[in-house]
Order: sequence, then C-alpha cells, then structure tokens
Amino acid sequence: MNIENIKSQFPIFSKKINGKPLVYLDNSNSSQKPHSVINRLNDFYKNEFSNIGRSIHSLSVNATNKFDETRMSVKNFINANSKDEIIFTKNATESINLVASTFGQKYIKKGDEILITDLEHHSNYVPWHYLRENKGAVIKFAPINDEGDIIISEFEKLITTKTKIIAITHLSNVTGTIVPIKEIIDIAHKKNIPVLVDGCQSAPHIKIDVKDLDCDFYAISCHKVYGPTGVGILYAKQKWLEELPPYIGGGGMISEVKKNEISYAPLPEKYEAGTMPTAEVVAFNESIKFMQSVGIENLVNHEKELTYYALEKLKKINSVNIIGSPKNKASVISFTIKGVHPHDIATILDEDGVAIRAGHHCCQILHQRLNLPATARASFGVYNTKEDIDILCKAVENCRKIFDLK
Amino acid sequence: MDLKELYQDIILEHGKSPRNFGKCEGHSHEAKGYNPLCGDKVHVYLKMNKDQKVEELTFEGSGCAISIASTSIMTELVKGKSFEVAKKIVDDFLSMIKSGSEMKSKDLSEDQKIKIMSLSGVKQYPMRVKCATLSWHTLISAMENKKIEVNTEKID
Repeated sequence: MNIENIKSQFPIFSKKINGKPLVYLDNSNSSQKPHSVINRLNDFYKNEFSNIGRSIHSLSVNATNKFDETRMSVKNFINANSKDEIIFTKNATESINLVASTFGQKYIKKGDEILITDLEHHSNYVPWHYLRENKGAVIKFAPINDEGDIIISEFEKLITTKTKIIAITHLSNVTGTIVPIKEIIDIAHKKNIPVLVDGCQSAPHIKIDVKDLDCDFYAISCHKVYGPTGVGILYAKQKWLEELPPYIGGGGMISEVKKNEISYAPLPEKYEAGTMPTAEVVAFNESIKFMQSVGIENLVNHEKELTYYALEKLKKINSVNIIGSPKNKASVISFTIKGVHPHDIATILDEDGVAIRAGHHCCQILHQRLNLPATARASFGVYNTKEDIDILCKAVENCRKIFDLK
Repeated sequence: MDLKELYQDIILEHGKSPRNFGKCEGHSHEAKGYNPLCGDKVHVYLKMNKDQKVEELTFEGSGCAISIASTSIMTELVKGKSFEVAKKIVDDFLSMIKSGSEMKSKDLSEDQKIKIMSLSGVKQYPMRVKCATLSWHTLISAMENKKIEVNTEKID
C-alpha cells in the first residue's frame, strides 16, 4: 500500500498549520475527506441537485437513484441482509437516540434494566438516561479492568431477567480497546436480549460484518469514515424496524394521512422523515469506494503498525503514561505527561502543526474510573505515517522542555 | 503566535507552585466554577473582614498551567483589597483577556501589573481564554454570594 499516494488524495494535507505541515491525529473525533468525496459534493450540487422521493422530474429521479446507491453500498460494506435495514440519520448519536427512544417507548417499563459499560461515549449513555428519567429504567455499567478491557465474567453477572437491552461500544475512543462484541452478543442472545453496538470508532478502523456479529442494531458516524458531516447510519435487523414505532414524524415517512388516522411508509422511509442530507449521503458513496480502494485489510495492517510504532516511541519518553493496554487495540492512544495538563499538551503540539484532542473525549464515566480529569489523545487514520509519529514524539519532547521536566 | 508568550516563566512557576492553595478557615464567601469542555474545576474561598476587605482568598481545584497560574495570581492580587476595588480589578482583567485592553487599575502596583500582564498572551489562543478566566468569574460569583456554580459555557 502506498501511503504517499493515499495522503495525496486528501487536499487538506497541502495546507500548513502554524507554518508547519499538518500532522492530523484527531481521527477519532473526525477524519479528513478525500478529493473524491469533496468533488462529489460539489458536482452533485452543481449538476445534479434535487430533493429525493416524490417528484416525477428527471433530476429527482436521478437524485433518488444516487441516494439509494449509497444505501446499497452501505448494505454491502457492513454485510447487511437487505438495504431496508440501512437507515440514514443525522449522525450516530441520532442513530442511538432513535433506538433508545423507540425501543424504550415499546419495551421499557419501570425497573427494567439497560446494560452498558464503563467505556461508553456519552452518546451511548445519555439517550438511555432519558429512559431512566422518563420511565424509571435502571442503567447498569459493566466494569473494565486496568488494562481497559471489559471483564466478561462481571458483565455476565450484571445480566438479570430484567435486562431488556445491552448497548456497548465496538471500539473505545479513549483506550482503543476492541471489544469482543461477538462473544458478548452470543451471551446476550442466549438470554434473548437484543444488543446495540456503537460502531462509531470501529467503522473506520476494522472490518464490520453485521451478519457475522448478529447484532440487533449498529450505529455508524459517516464523517469519521472519510465522509461528509451530517450523515449517520443505523443498521437494524428488519424485524426490529418493523416492530418498533417510527421516531421523527413528518413528510416522507408516511403512507397515508387522514384526519383521524395516519399510516407509515414501508422501510427504510419509515425512519427517514423530512428532507435528508441528500448531497452528503450521495457523496458518502465515494467514502466507501475510497475505503474499498485501500482495502480494509491493508488499512487495518497499516494502522496496527502505526499504533505499535507510536506506543513503543511514546513509552520511551520519560513522564509519558499511556492509558490502558487492552488485549486488542486499534489506532487510538490516550496519554498523559506527568506535570503537564492535557490542554497545555494540545496547545504546545498545535504549535508544531500536530492536531490532537485533549479533555475527557465525551467519556466522563471512563475518566472517573481512571481517576483522571482529562487525557491527551492521538488517533490515527489511514493517511498517517511513521513520520507523523516522529513529529508527534518530538512535539511531546517539546512539552517536557517547556515545562522543564526531568 | 509564540508559545513563549503564553508559557512565560511566571506562569509556569505559578502553575507548578500555586499560592494560596487550599481552603481558608472561617471563610465568609465561596463559589465553585466548572469548565465542562475540559473538566477543570475550581473552588474559591474568601474571607471578608469587618472593614469589607478581602482578608483571605484561597482556592482548590485542578486544571491546566494557565488556569492554575491565573487563579494563583488572582489570589495574590486581590488579597487585601476592598470589595469595590476587587471587582474593578476583575473587570479590568477580563477585558484585558478578551479585548486586549491595558490594565487601567490604579490599585495595582507596577509589579502586580507585570504579573497580571503575563497572562495577556492567552488572548492569542481563543480556545484557552476560558482556562484563564474561569476563576475570575468564580471570584465574582463568590463575592455576590450566588449559590450557582459558574459554568464557562454559560458566560460570555
């Protein structure tokens, strides 16, 4: 795989940040976009724009077809059974809210339990908290060990006859832990409990096969997968989408509307009310094509190599502490420098053109568990190189110098 | 932008060894501040004497070098001042950080002005302004005896 060739497909890397070449290590937050995606957005607005759905005119027919082509590509990309199982949303947060709200409405009663973990992003906790507030549900947190792995035996103990749904991340955005989702889904399904997987971090970094995982719901955020902002995906088994009530009401999601009665559109439109981010969905097809052109396996191997290279180099720097050492780790490294607050680290690194994230990364529960108010996080994408990591490490050394650390 | 302007020796030194750190005994006023973006927390304790002067001003909390240094310098400068003067110094500081204006206050010595001006580099870093201002907003809240926690996302 030729990384230089991949990097050259991303126009932002020709820009300078504070006079330095951009070293973009904030990929867990959002990824940069290749030419093909940017051009597709531009092209679509310039030459093909129309709303999708009801109109008869040619532009609308074309836009509708292109929109559906992306749905088909997503279906193939994650190996779903049918394109009716692919719902476009605003983002993964909305995907999870959709499930929490509709599933909660139909199946959650006072005292019912929702099982999540200490690793979850706020977007896979807060939507369930609404059910705690509004329906009197109980939220349980499966613990992790100091390495950042979920303790499966403890997880199993937390499942009771009252557990109605399990919601769990596939890949931690702080420790990089790749969670053994398949094993967890097996455990849950033996007790007839559906599982929602937050796939925000996994979709850009590992192969997703929803059929193999047998998950009930899978949430993806397209802007993290080299795609446009404003688009998320909810995969759900067809039976759930048929069984659950609609989420947002309005145009496009109805079949027939009378003064005393409304019937809803078939799948997937039942869950896609109002005008969708048409151009963004159409352009997301190019992101999938980009991922496929690189090859998921190549991408996984490249990022693994980068991660271990970075871990080795960072560990050698005095006063650097790496957060967690999970059994299976993807390209996310959170760290602290003793004596330098993560926000100071981020400011100093930025001066060298190195973009990282500092804070709690929307994981306050995990940071409370780690007993840290904040961490610094470097996360890699397919376009990153070993040279980027050398620059990162040099910038980390600069933090030590500025703060006069021994 | 120059990192040296932001991380001046005086800031690094106060960040490492903050003055007036801890809870002061017999405080008459207190307030908490929180920056939800980074999780920084500060708790300001103030003891007012019978002449309406700030007899003690201390703080507890965690944060970055900018936030700790700013709080530490604040406690040094405001201690011993009357309530009225203290408020003026806070206003003066906040407008210096936000709009880059000079410290106008006649109630600070030249040395104190140099100290406070060491924080002026922050204005070049918009994402860090709230690190520097959190404790100052919290001090105002303490002086006004507002019982609600200061939240950097809810102030200008």
